[in-house]
Parts: sequence; C-alpha cells; structure tokens
Amino acid sequence: MTMNLARRPIAYGLAAFVPIAIALDTPASELAEAEQKGLDIALEARQKKVGFENFTASQVMVLRNKQGRESRRALRVKVMEVEADGDRSLFVFDEPRDVQGTAFLIHGHKDKADDQWLYLPALKRVKRISSANRSGSFMGSEFAYEDMSPPEVERFTYRYLRDEPCGELTCTVVERFPVDDKSGYSRQVVWQDTEELRLWKVEYFDRKNAHLKTLTVDGYQRYLDRYWQASNMNMVNHLTGKSTVLTWTDYQFQTDLVAMEFTQTGLRRVR
Amino acid sequence: MADAGPVALDRYTSVVLDRRWPVVAVAGLAMLALTAGAVFIGVTNDHRVLFDEHNPQLLAYEALEETYTESDTALIAVAPGASVFTRETLSLMESLTEAAWQTPHSIRVDSLTNYNHSESVEDDLAVGPLVDGAEALSDDALARVEQIAMDAPEIAGRLVSADGQVAALAITFALPDDADAAVIEITEHLNEVLDEYRSEHPEVGFHVTGDVPMNRAFADATRDDMEKLTPFAFIVIVLVTIAVLRSALATVAVVAVLMFTINTTLGFAGWVGTVFNPVNAGVPLIVLTIAVADSIHIVSGTMAGLGKGLAKRDAILESMRENAYPVFLTSVTTAIAFLTLNASEAPPFRVLGNLVAFGVLCAFVYSMTLLPALLAILPLRPGRGGGKWVFLDRLASFVIARRTTLIWVMSLVTVGLIAGISQLEFTDNWTKYFDDRYEFRRDTDFIVENLTGLESWEYSLDSGEEGGITDPQYLRDVEAFAQWLRAQGEVSHVQAFPDIMKRLNKNMHGDDPSYYRIPEDGALAAQYLLIYELSLPFGSDLNNRIDIAKSATRLTAMARGGLTAREQRDFDARAQAYLEANAPDLVTPATGFTITFAHLSQRNIESMLQATILAMGGISVILLLVLRSWRLGVISLIPNYLPAAMSFGVWGYLVGQVGLAGSVMTAIAFGIVVDDTTHFLTKYRRARNEGSSPPDAIRATFQATGRALWTTTAILVAGFLVFASSGFEVSWTLGVLVAITLSLALVADFLLLPPLLMALDRRKT
Repeated sequence: MTMNLARRPIAYGLAAFVPIAIALDTPASELAEAEQKGLDIALEARQKKVGFENFTASQVMVLRNKQGRESRRALRVKVMEVEADGDRSLFVFDEPRDVQGTAFLIHGHKDKADDQWLYLPALKRVKRISSANRSGSFMGSEFAYEDMSPPEVERFTYRYLRDEPCGELTCTVVERFPVDDKSGYSRQVVWQDTEELRLWKVEYFDRKNAHLKTLTVDGYQRYLDRYWQASNMNMVNHLTGKSTVLTWTDYQFQTDLVAMEFTQTGLRRVR
Repeated sequence: MADAGPVALDRYTSVVLDRRWPVVAVAGLAMLALTAGAVFIGVTNDHRVLFDEHNPQLLAYEALEETYTESDTALIAVAPGASVFTRETLSLMESLTEAAWQTPHSIRVDSLTNYNHSESVEDDLAVGPLVDGAEALSDDALARVEQIAMDAPEIAGRLVSADGQVAALAITFALPDDADAAVIEITEHLNEVLDEYRSEHPEVGFHVTGDVPMNRAFADATRDDMEKLTPFAFIVIVLVTIAVLRSALATVAVVAVLMFTINTTLGFAGWVGTVFNPVNAGVPLIVLTIAVADSIHIVSGTMAGLGKGLAKRDAILESMRENAYPVFLTSVTTAIAFLTLNASEAPPFRVLGNLVAFGVLCAFVYSMTLLPALLAILPLRPGRGGGKWVFLDRLASFVIARRTTLIWVMSLVTVGLIAGISQLEFTDNWTKYFDDRYEFRRDTDFIVENLTGLESWEYSLDSGEEGGITDPQYLRDVEAFAQWLRAQGEVSHVQAFPDIMKRLNKNMHGDDPSYYRIPEDGALAAQYLLIYELSLPFGSDLNNRIDIAKSATRLTAMARGGLTAREQRDFDARAQAYLEANAPDLVTPATGFTITFAHLSQRNIESMLQATILAMGGISVILLLVLRSWRLGVISLIPNYLPAAMSFGVWGYLVGQVGLAGSVMTAIAFGIVVDDTTHFLTKYRRARNEGSSPPDAIRATFQATGRALWTTTAILVAGFLVFASSGFEVSWTLGVLVAITLSLALVADFLLLPPLLMALDRRKT
C-alpha cells in the first residue's frame, strides 16, 4: 500500500494523518461543518485585508544556526493588491551587499502557479524563475516564501478545530491542508484571535506529518484604522534547531506605487 | 601475612560453616536486593558512545553538524543488474524517493531522480528534478537523463555508479535526543518499505548502509552478544567445570556462585544506571569467565582433601587455608588491571573495566561466604579424578632436564613473536565493525564495491567573511583544492560548492559549455546563487553545504574503500599541507564520522598506555610485597608481560590490523595472566621456604598448581573464544587476543618461568 500511495504524497499524508482518521469516525455532517467553518474563517480573514491597495515596508531577517551564530538579511517589500487575483509582491534586497539591488517580483495567482522573476543587477537582466516552487528556503532562512505572506485562501482546504485562550485573547484554531502537492507541508495549524483574526501562531507539519516548524507572531499595529500588521515573526525549526527572526518596520499604506513597478520592465528600474 | 593469618582464617571459615544456612540466606537477600536494579539497565545503539564527550574530533564533527545540517544518513542503493536509465528503474527510484520522505525523522532526501538539474530555457533559469514521471519518458529523454547524470559531478559516482548500473538515494535525518528509539523506528520503517519493494521487484537488489543503519547494527550486535553469547559461554563453562571437578554437586556450588556473581554485577550495573552497547555487552561473559576461577580453586581444593580421606569440614578448612589468600590476591590484581580501563578514551571500556572489577571482587566475596556454606550443605563425595597427574611429573622432569635449552628456545620464540608487532597497524574502520552475519556489513560491502566509498573527509572551508563564498578568489581556491583531491588515489568522489557555481554560470550563458567555470565577478556569483536558491524546492536547499552567513562551504571527499586509519590520517595531513601551500586562509583539519574513528584507536592507545604501565607497576609492587623477594618479584615480570607482547606479535603476523580492542587488550589480559604467576610463585616460594632446592620446588609447584592452572586457563580460553564468536569486530578481536595471550601465558608459566627460576634463584635455603 505504501508504494502506490507514496507516489501521491498528499494522499498518503492524509491517509496517515491521525486527526483525519479520527474525523472519519465522526459523522460526515460534523466534518463538513468543521470544514465550512474553517473556510469561513479564512474568507473572513481575507475580507479584513481587502482594500489596502498597496503598502511598503522594510524587513530584516536574522538567521540563527544551532551554534547560535547569526547572519542578517535586509530587504524592502512592496505589495500591491490585485482585484480577483493574487497580490503582486516586490522584494528588493539591500543586504547582504553582494546581492544589493537584486529584485524579486512575484505575481501571485489563485488558480495556478505564481509567476516569479528576478532582476540581477550584476547581469543587468531579468530572469524568470520557471520553477513553481514556493516551499523552498527563502535566502537560507527557515521561512519558505509561502510562509512570509498571507496565502491565498484557495491554496488550502480547511478544518476548524476549536477555540482556546491565547494570552489575553481567545484564539480560533484552524487546520489547513495545502492543495498543491509540491508544498513541503502536509498541514498547518493556525491560531488567530477571534476579534480581528490576526495570526499569532502557525505550526507546520512536514509531509510525513512530523512537527517541523513553529511560527510565532507579535507586535501588531493597526494602520489606516483597519489593517493589522505584525512587526515580529519568529520561525523555529524543531528538527534542525535553526531559527529565523523576521522583523517588519516602516509600514506605509496606500502609497503612490504604480502598477508599472510590478512588471518585468519596472523590475529593471528598481533601486 | 602474619602467622595469625591462618588461625584467624580458620576461625572465620568455622563461623561460616557453623552458620551455613544464615550465610546462604544473607547472601541470597543481598543478591536479590542488588539484582532488583537490573531493570534500570539501558542499551544504546548510538555509535557516539565510543567517544569521550571531550574528544576533539567529535567536537569538531558536532560543530560541523551545527554549522550545516545533521549528517546522520541512510544510503539506499538500487541495483537492477543492468543500466538504471530505464523507465522501470527510474520510476522505481522516483517512487522510492517519495517513500523515503515518509521515513520518520527524515529532513532531506537526495536521489538520482530528484537531483535538481538546472538549465537554460529561453534564456531563463529552469530548475527541476532530473526525472519527473519516468514512465512517460521517450528513449531520447532517457538518454538525455543519463548524459546529464553522468556529467554531473554532484551525483555521478555518488548517487549513480560510474558504470550506470547502480542508483542511490541518501536520506538525511535529524535525530531527536532519544536517538536510540529513533534509530529503531527509522530502520524498522526502511526495512518494511524495502521488503515491499523487494517482493514487487525480485530482480532488483536493494542495499542499505549509512550511520543510522550502522547504529541499528550496533543495537543488534549488543542484543546478540548479551542474549546469545553469554548463555552459550555459561553452558561451556558449566561443562568444563563438570569435566574438571567430576562432581555434579560440586559443579552446582560453582554455578551458584557464578549466578550470584552475574546477577549482583548486572543488578549493580542497573543501580548505577549503566547503559550497555556492543563494546561492553561482554561484561557478563567476562565476569563469568574470570569469576569461575576463584571457586574452582576452592572447590577443587576441597575435593582433593576429600580424596585424601579428610572429613568434609576439614577438607573445606584446608582448601580455604590454601586458597583464600591467593584468591584474594588474584582478585585484587585483576580488579586493579580492569580499573585501569578508566583511562580509556572510549567511555564504554571504562564501564566494562569498572563492572568487571566489581564482578571480580563480588566473586571473591561469594567465594568466601556462599561457596564454603554451600559446600558444607551439599552432600559431597570424593571425586573420581583425584590423585597425581602423571603428565605434570613428566613435564616437570623435562623442564628440569632441559632448562638451559628451554631458556634459549623460549627466548628465540619470544623475540621472534614479539618482532611481529612491527607488522601491526592500528586502525578502526566502522564499515568493518560487523562481520558478514549482519546484513549491514553485506550491504555496505556491496555499496563500497559497486557505487561509492562510504568514508569521507569533511572540510568546512571558511572564507573569513560574510558572503565570502561567492568571492572569485575563494571559489578558485576551493575549486583547485577539489581538483587536487580528485587527482589523489585515495579519493573516489568530491562534492564541492564551486561545481554548483560553474553549472550556474553555464546556465546563465545559454548553457554554453565554455562558461562552465567560476564566474569572474563576485556580485554576479552571489546573484546567481540567490536565483538558484530561490528555485530550489522544499528539502533541496543548500543549507547542508553552505553556512547561514554564506561565509563557509562544506567540501566532502569520499574515500575509496579499504583505507586504514593511518592512511586516512596521512591523507588529511597531505590535504592540509596542500592548503597550507596553496590557500593558507582555508587551512582546516578534516572532520566527520570517518576521521573521528581514524583517531579513535590512536587516542585510546596513548591514553591506555600510561595507565597500563602504571597498573603493571602497581601490581608488580604488590607481587614483590607478597613474595617478599626482589629476585622472584623481578622474575615474575617476565611471564606477566611477555605474553601480551607475544600475542600482539602473533596478531601482527596473522592479521596485521587491530583496532580499539588492541588498545585495551593488554590491561585486560594482564590482570588475568598475573593470577597464574601469582599462584605459581606463591606455591614455589612456600616449597623453597620449606627447604626444597629450586628443581624440587619446581616439581612440587607443578604438582600443586599445575592442574588448577591448566583448568582455569582452559575455562578462560574457552570463555574468551566464545566472546570471539561475536559478530562485532571489537569483541571478537578482544576475545581472540586475550585467548592467545592466556595460552601463551600458560606456556610461559610452564616452559619459561621454571628454567628462569632455576637459573636465577640461587638463594640458599
């Protein structure tokens, strides 16, 4: 059995996956209810983010290995909202120095693989990254690109688990399962507070359903009286003992970004 | 001993005999109380227990792992018996790669099929698995896959054999703190998966090796040795005891002492939290073998007394008078010798030394309490085997008549054998730690022969600055080092970071082969690397080859099979000399699993040598005090020290290589050999003190101790030969070496010591 299923890792992951197995014992209606509630929460969370138009921010990543040695990455981020499709994101690298000015453009999509380009200043050329990969390590850190940005709702299926206290708030705990079989994860467990649906914690489980990483988020601030953005994201890899702290600063909403900047042509002019 | 000694001893023995039931009861309670601890005994399969926590090579290795990624791995080789570049085999590899991701604790799977090939497609960088959906590949596509694979230095000779007949995948694990359970879990899982594959593809060979399977073999060997060898040794010893004592009841007494001793020792081991592994799994067996000697001396003395017509009580009293002191002495000297194992670099030997020392003293205590009480309780009858042993008289006559010739002949033999030490090389090779009865060894041999060597030198090459790994000078230096390594006969494969940069440079120039070289511009190289890293999927990142600061890369040189530890160390020295001369900023010693082992016996020998000499000195002083004669004391050194040296010589001629076992053999054998000499010389001195000439004293000593020496040596040699049937290299080498040493010691005691005594002991009486 292992063999046939192994060719389809997700199917295998789900079959091996204990909570699902338990869920199979619960009435189908209850399961459907939990799935619907999970999806509703995801949709509601997305609704809260709609309409920001665009924002810019700065990111500093501090990578730490098991020995405690650290290394820094610094980048600027520009995100533009696209109606009826995934957001467009632009990452401009400032540190380390030898990749300074390199720019990474992503056109997110709801229903197909994202488009990705990289501008290499040393080559003065834009290169398309044809791999559909979102799950690999981002710049050697513990973050995959898919971990850094709020994912499209359509990329997962959901299941509501429970509500429970988290700090002074109450959190709703939802499990989500990636649809893409190239994802590095079999599932994620997500903690969001019931009031604003801000993300506080994510536990990532790898394809054999082992607890791989935990993301904790804090330092939320509200922008435009509406949009909550975190300032600290801490990702710990439980298997390797490595960790990465991602700090966001200088959020600016509804700036004068233009769509042109998020094109291949615009990519060449980034600085 | 003062003259009050025998009187006090008689009084003590009488008390034991009068209260024999309470003595048995107290001994039984004490034994049970200690035995209860046996439940706390642990067994580990982590090969790292072989190393002291301060071992510099181990520390360097752990630092390497912390800088990059854990390097606990399992390598699965797939051998279809034909080219692997077929739709069937490649799709088998694809499915096996996916299945491997399900292995517990795995963090990475590298295989022939999921190798991330990069190429230029319409001027963009395309990165993807080498094989994706093999079943649908055309013949042209298969040929292309083969060409790419055989041209890729990262995988050719590592994940696919040079002849294209064997493909492989490597699973990397991050083991949790309780690595023992994880190793069992992983290997059980792999066996299960592979069994399924084997039954579906009976024509394909599947072979597994790596350090995680090796740890499993460690666990299996420990269990095998403890569960199979110890009972087997027990049976052998019981049989030999029956043959020697020719009395079932007397054997019962001896067996009772043995069981009490083993239970108490293992119980004690549990109470102090001992964790067993293959190296010290032999503790029960060694204790058993050594402990039996004490009781044999006392029981055979008693039987001899009965044979002479003494009443049982008197026979026991006399045997205790005769033997208590030598048994005490030999127990102390044996314990001291085993305690010197505390100086060993390998912690399991310290445990072995301490537990055997405890067991030996424990056997002494039971021989002084439980044994006489049991002898008093059991309805013993005189054995049938009493009387003189004519052979011993003849031997004595021969030795006395030919003493001069014997000195010359024995000296020549001794020198000749000891010269064999020059043929001896110390080496520890983890791929050869287990013999053919373990699948691990058979698989490992297959992989070494058909795919890749498994031992490696790992170099963490530090550029000295953040982001320095894309500096062209650094890349050129590392590239030159990799080329130099590839040109060395000892190396079968080199995995070096510049290979990736050269490939990317080519990809970025439309796959133009003339750009398969280091990029000229550091920033460009860094940006190539960035785009490549952004393209790599989950589990395929470069974090196992590059440190987080991009300041250092890891270079792995795989060794050809069959190198000795010295060749491995010498190679590393040459590699460092190369770096010293050509890239002095990059100089670093090799680290890794292999090099840690390559230094193990060397370090262990150095640490053991001093301690063994110290123990030999201490024991010799004890002998001097006991014998109260400088002359005898000095003469005793010869039969004590020479046998170990001679057996190393024999080993040098016959085998040539010795590992960890060799470093502790002297201490272990010495502690046992001393016993024979002690018995021999104490009896000889007593005969001399009673007025005999040296030849007469020799004859009397042969008669008094000859039989006990033959029988105890027979038991010890039998016990250690059982030990030698272990499938774990350290154990069987130790067993054989000790058995040879004990046999040679017996020869020396009968053929060399007496002529020496007659030649040198000219003291008038």
